[in-house]
Amino acid sequence: MDFKYTLEEEAFREKVKDWLAENMKELPEWWSNRDIARPELDSKEYLDFCIWWHRKLNAAGFLGITWPKEYGGRGGTVMEQVVFYEELAKHRAPGPFNVHGMGWIAPAMLAFGAEEHKKHFIPRILSCDDIWCTLYSEPEAGSDMAAVETKAVEDGDDFVVNGQKVWTSGGHYSDWAVLLARTDPDASKHRGLSYLFFDMRTPGVTLRPLVQITGHADFNETFLDDVRIPKNQILGEKNQGWYVATAALEFERSGASAAIHRENSVKDLIDMARKTERGGQPLSRDPLVRQKLAQLYIEANVCKYMDLRGLTRLLRDGRPGPEGVISQLLGVETGQRLQLVAMELLGPYSQLVRGSRYAYEHGRWQESFLQSRGSSIATGTPEIKRNIIGMRVLGLPRSY
Amino acid sequence: MDFELGQEQLMLKTSARDFLDRECPKQLVRAMMDDPKGYSPDLWRKMADLGWMGLVFPEEYDGVGSTFVDLAVLLEEMGRALVPGPFLPTVVLAGRPILLAGTEEQKKRFLPAIASGDMLMTVAFMEPGGSLEASGIKLEARPSGGDFVLNGTKLFVPDAHVADYILCVTRTKDGAAPEDGITLFLVDAASAGIHTEVLKTMTGEKLCEVVFRDVKVPRDNMLGELHQGWPIVQRLMQEAAVAECAWMLGGAQWVLETSVDYAKERVQFGVPIGRFQAIQHKCANMAVEVEGATSITYYASWAVAENDPGLPLAASMAKAWCSDIYKHVAAEGIQIHGGFGFTWDHDMHLYLKRAKACEVAFGDGDYHREKVAQLLEI
Repeated sequence: MDFKYTLEEEAFREKVKDWLAENMKELPEWWSNRDIARPELDSKEYLDFCIWWHRKLNAAGFLGITWPKEYGGRGGTVMEQVVFYEELAKHRAPGPFNVHGMGWIAPAMLAFGAEEHKKHFIPRILSCDDIWCTLYSEPEAGSDMAAVETKAVEDGDDFVVNGQKVWTSGGHYSDWAVLLARTDPDASKHRGLSYLFFDMRTPGVTLRPLVQITGHADFNETFLDDVRIPKNQILGEKNQGWYVATAALEFERSGASAAIHRENSVKDLIDMARKTERGGQPLSRDPLVRQKLAQLYIEANVCKYMDLRGLTRLLRDGRPGPEGVISQLLGVETGQRLQLVAMELLGPYSQLVRGSRYAYEHGRWQESFLQSRGSSIATGTPEIKRNIIGMRVLGLPRSY
Repeated sequence: MDFELGQEQLMLKTSARDFLDRECPKQLVRAMMDDPKGYSPDLWRKMADLGWMGLVFPEEYDGVGSTFVDLAVLLEEMGRALVPGPFLPTVVLAGRPILLAGTEEQKKRFLPAIASGDMLMTVAFMEPGGSLEASGIKLEARPSGGDFVLNGTKLFVPDAHVADYILCVTRTKDGAAPEDGITLFLVDAASAGIHTEVLKTMTGEKLCEVVFRDVKVPRDNMLGELHQGWPIVQRLMQEAAVAECAWMLGGAQWVLETSVDYAKERVQFGVPIGRFQAIQHKCANMAVEVEGATSITYYASWAVAENDPGLPLAASMAKAWCSDIYKHVAAEGIQIHGGFGFTWDHDMHLYLKRAKACEVAFGDGDYHREKVAQLLEI
């Protein structure tokens, strides 16, 4: 058992810190000063900001750290990636954009893709020249993801795709998409799916924006009408799409960065509790408030050390194992509790949103509180995660 | 970066599990609940022969020279088996402070005797007021010639009735701050003026009232400096909290495994109850809580082993988490077992009761959350 980093890892950390010290000066003032209103999260200005910063990170060689150099990656180690994300979180710097491309599409392509595709697409994901989105969910296939009905039928050199997808985050500014579609309607539901990808400008693709509870329009319904996808735009074998999709979901980065983000948020709450007076004294003197803040800090740290155990499994065995879902579950629920406590601390002011003269920090907490309700729906609900823990970690019988 | 047990630690875990399965069955645990001594000298001797009592003491004091992480591995297995007796009091509550704060002479006198299994020890800290703060220490130690004379009452002293020596936390001065004027003494339990009464507890553990009436203690038996004992007590409490967490973790793990096994076998409505999400999600929640306990407890035990400056925070985070989850896991264990879980014959209640005892030992969740708040300067 050893929580120390090697000399090489520490040297890399210094490099990251130096770069951040220099380049974070260029961030807009609203990034660090919460008393200045930031652009609307679904505005062109905010999108441009995300892409601008992503490209700076990539130009500095900090993206795709573990990916091979021949595809534009750094060819580095898992621990270098961990160190990089730790420093980003500690410095409260923005992370990379192209979240789906970076998070699971490029890793899935590296694992299952053809050489020509890796050479062409991976560098373009890294540079944000292509932004990617994910077309898994359908109106009748939510938690039951393998129930997708969108059909892909072979016709000459193409698949012809028809169906409807939903909750397509960032679809309206994406260039490319991965798609889970049914290629064998006669096979059992997990064995008849394929993992395709295509250019979002292909004829037959129609998007309709969906407005979230935050008021922002970040996701969409996607309609696919006779969309032709070349047969070679596939990851893994035909009808093996379910296994590609589930493997891809395991590519989420491990390490302590998510936990550090949560720790930062707890510190923001502590700051809020010190600044906010109620009944003539700061909230931070209230024993109940102190209990709640300490509990959030503890939960954030329990997540952190769970993640480090997951990281150890990844380093030892090459994969994080099903136990990773345990820390994901606690992380999501801790994050939601944190937002609830933030709203409690704000008391009557918790109702005031951006644009109101009295809104605390221009309503950023109201936005993050509302946003947090989505974190227990995207990428698997806590209910599904508990099923997975029951079946895959504890070996209980399948309940459905 | 490697946050998992090493090969030797895994071997220690396996061999401890095998040994305790064989030597410490639940019949023994139950028998000791009503036994006046509360522990089996035979089992104690065998554990000493395995080197467990001296595990964390250096070889020069006849110890094994292992780390606190190794001790946590052992305590986890002991907590799983509910090993009765004064292991934690002897090794962690008394032995560790002697190692960290004792004179060379004291270390030579006590540590080899602990390691060999010949000496049983405990700590007398809490008083009838139930306080964990320095202000709660009222038992007076007055200088008299070359000696000190102790007067006062200690409560919740584990295994004092069988201890050979009691590490007693006393007040030697009423300073401006309550932390000033705390002094520790190694008191021979056979000294004149010590009256010990075993209290009847829910777990059958032997917690005692120890009354000191004009008990003479030689100056050589002072641990640390006069009036300066509070930092030793603080470190003791941190290590004790982490040790207790390891113990709780082992018990919670047993409850989880036993409940999951039962949920796979017990059939109602024609199917194993583990197929119902109401049961499955309970088990999943327990798994999250136990995995969290594993993570934070081993981190905290590493902080003890490395003397890391983060220890006070780590110990309080671990104790708050483990105190809460063990209680919850044990209650869910009974719930999953239904009527059987509510019977005296089933072992589940032994863990529920122990969870309650462990929760209040060295500070419960609320106490340690407030400590965390103070350490974060909230």
